[in-house]
Amino acid sequence: MAAESGARRRWMSVLAQASGAEVERAWRALTERPAYRVVRKPEVGLVMVRGRAGGSGAPFNLGEMTVTRCTVDLPSGIAGHAYVAGRDPRHAELAAVFDALLQDPLHAAQLEERVIAPLEAGQQERRRQVAARSAPTRVEFFTLVRGDD
Amino acid sequence: MLAGFADPVLDAQRAFRSVLDAMAHPGRVIEVATPETAPYPLHGAVASLCLTLVDLETTVWLDATAGTAEAREYLQFHCGCRLVDAPGAARFAVIGDPAVMPALSRFDPGTDESPERSATLFVQVASLREGHGRRLAGPGIASEVRLEVTGLPAGFWHGLRDNHALFPRGVDVLLAAGRHVAALPRTTSVAD
Repeated sequence: MAAESGARRRWMSVLAQASGAEVERAWRALTERPAYRVVRKPEVGLVMVRGRAGGSGAPFNLGEMTVTRCTVDLPSGIAGHAYVAGRDPRHAELAAVFDALLQDPLHAAQLEERVIAPLEAGQQERRRQVAARSAPTRVEFFTLVRGDD
Repeated sequence: MLAGFADPVLDAQRAFRSVLDAMAHPGRVIEVATPETAPYPLHGAVASLCLTLVDLETTVWLDATAGTAEAREYLQFHCGCRLVDAPGAARFAVIGDPAVMPALSRFDPGTDESPERSATLFVQVASLREGHGRRLAGPGIASEVRLEVTGLPAGFWHGLRDNHALFPRGVDVLLAAGRHVAALPRTTSVAD
């Protein structure tokens, strides 16, 4: 169960961080697009993002961000949820459909390979480029220890 | 999982307006906006009351009949509410089988300082009919209103009289059958 929810957390995160256009492309590329029913229509709201100073200090409110959520279910009864960044209702709806499909062992492996892995690779590449751009500007501070006194 | 209101904002506003009307005119049978489907065994009107009035800040108690896995999941998903085990701890109570419901005195009547912090009960009954049955009087009723309710135990009306005597404290009752509701707020007295 723990491994299962870890895997689900990963694909939900990948779908949430992808752009609406990328998810739409992935959806159009599917050979068979299943029918689904919207349980809760996409709704836009705000969530408070909290952080910890230095990653381990006291929690503080970083600020609010816009999030769109949606819930759908498949004819098989599997429900899919999505909370995605921004205010794109179509993105939230499709991410929820993908979440439902990925929970179905029949589709999971194929979708993982064709949708999640490429999206994740793209996101990692973007992150790497940003890191590579900022790395040369890094400054290291150090203090010389004096031998006397 | 079942869907909630087709239009969550407008339908809830319409239903809220109907509940206001019902509360302002005790004993009047009023139709409310209902979701297309309701979780077993709740009637459309009960599901509508929950979607309209219950949210993440309210606690809800369900009796054994109303507390099916389906109904619990529905309320937690659509209303985000916290379900409690003790009737006295609930802001709202959903009663699926009034025949074996706890006495009204088991629910929170609020305090003299803040009587508005009392429980509201959604009681699902078999049918509601105006113009026959119990005679009601009190604020919102010009002369008298009669309300016939099938599915309530005799003891309920005694409990309602005691509840009325607690004023300004006391619980408010919303009776629901099918797509209709009728209110019995604490200010209403039952003649016979």
